Amino acid sequence: MINALAILLVFQLMGEFLSHFLRLPIPGPVVGMALLFVALSVSSALTERLRETAQTILQHLSLLFVPAGVGVMLHAQRVLDEWLAISVALVASTLLTIAVTAFTIRTVAHWMGVRNNEDRA
Amino acid sequence: MTRLTEIWVYLSASPLLHLALTLVAYLIGDWLYRRANHHALLHPVLLAVVMLVTALTLSGTDYSTYFEGAQFVHFLLGPATVALAVPLYLNLARVKRLWLPLAAGLVAGALTAIVSSVAIAWALGASDPTLLALAPKSVTAPVAMGITEKLGGPPSLTAILVVSTGILGAVLGPWALDMLKVRDAATRGFAIGTASHGIGTARAFQESETAGAFAGLAMGLNTLATSLLLPLLVQLFGTL
Repeated sequence: MINALAILLVFQLMGEFLSHFLRLPIPGPVVGMALLFVALSVSSALTERLRETAQTILQHLSLLFVPAGVGVMLHAQRVLDEWLAISVALVASTLLTIAVTAFTIRTVAHWMGVRNNEDRA
Repeated sequence: MTRLTEIWVYLSASPLLHLALTLVAYLIGDWLYRRANHHALLHPVLLAVVMLVTALTLSGTDYSTYFEGAQFVHFLLGPATVALAVPLYLNLARVKRLWLPLAAGLVAGALTAIVSSVAIAWALGASDPTLLALAPKSVTAPVAMGITEKLGGPPSLTAILVVSTGILGAVLGPWALDMLKVRDAATRGFAIGTASHGIGTARAFQESETAGAFAGLAMGLNTLATSLLLPLLVQLFGTL
């Protein structure tokens, strides 16, 4: 666990460093994810070492958003004033995004002749 | 009574109290969510936020005091993003086979998320700061906040819109995909992850490991796509 956490933090650190050093528009943790992905494809021992911890963290991913969500306190007034525009935009845009993404993948996969319905959710 | 007051003053100033409250509120929310058979309106993040905001308001605690404790949880968003590489690697074979459809879906989805949210809110008369905070709403919180800040909007408002989008995607996503008869686990996960980042990814992991891995992939890639596309769109349309 500690071992795995240290590995994740070191990759995040390298990601932050590269992101700032190269002035990438991509945030550090995302660069760290890309670096770790490369490392995993080189070392299968690393995959085994991280597997359990990664699963534990990702299963409770939504917990990590709670502190940011509580920030609604800071903007109660604006959210109340513009509640209609905000809620319609959020609901409609989220549904549209999901539909457009799924349809595009399906259309392009179909067009390429990729079989893409073996394991169903 | 004064002794109790003293202890309260001491505890409410230390990070321990609000860190503990954050975890307990989430666990209660998660427990209720399970008890209610994953009922859409009882999303654990939503319940935890309602409980915490109520408690903070009643006790007269401000957000920055709360965040001193909660920051330890917030911090883990970074390592969690890095950890997404693991399920991604384990699904490498399917990613390779589907890379072109996924890339097309990503660009279409990222553009739809930005343009539709800003256009709808603008048509309904939202203010400029709100529009700037809405634009990166489909990207995971720390990244979206960074993008809004660069554009000159309020990052803390972005955080709320990001979390709301996540909850909406987690709640409405599986239902919408059922209605559209999208059954492939990879496509479902990728669509949910593109629209609703980490909270959607957590929901996709409940559907299946594959859906979760593709949601995580989409979440990671959409941070790239939106970080690159949004500044371009702003240049194209002048100011938002």
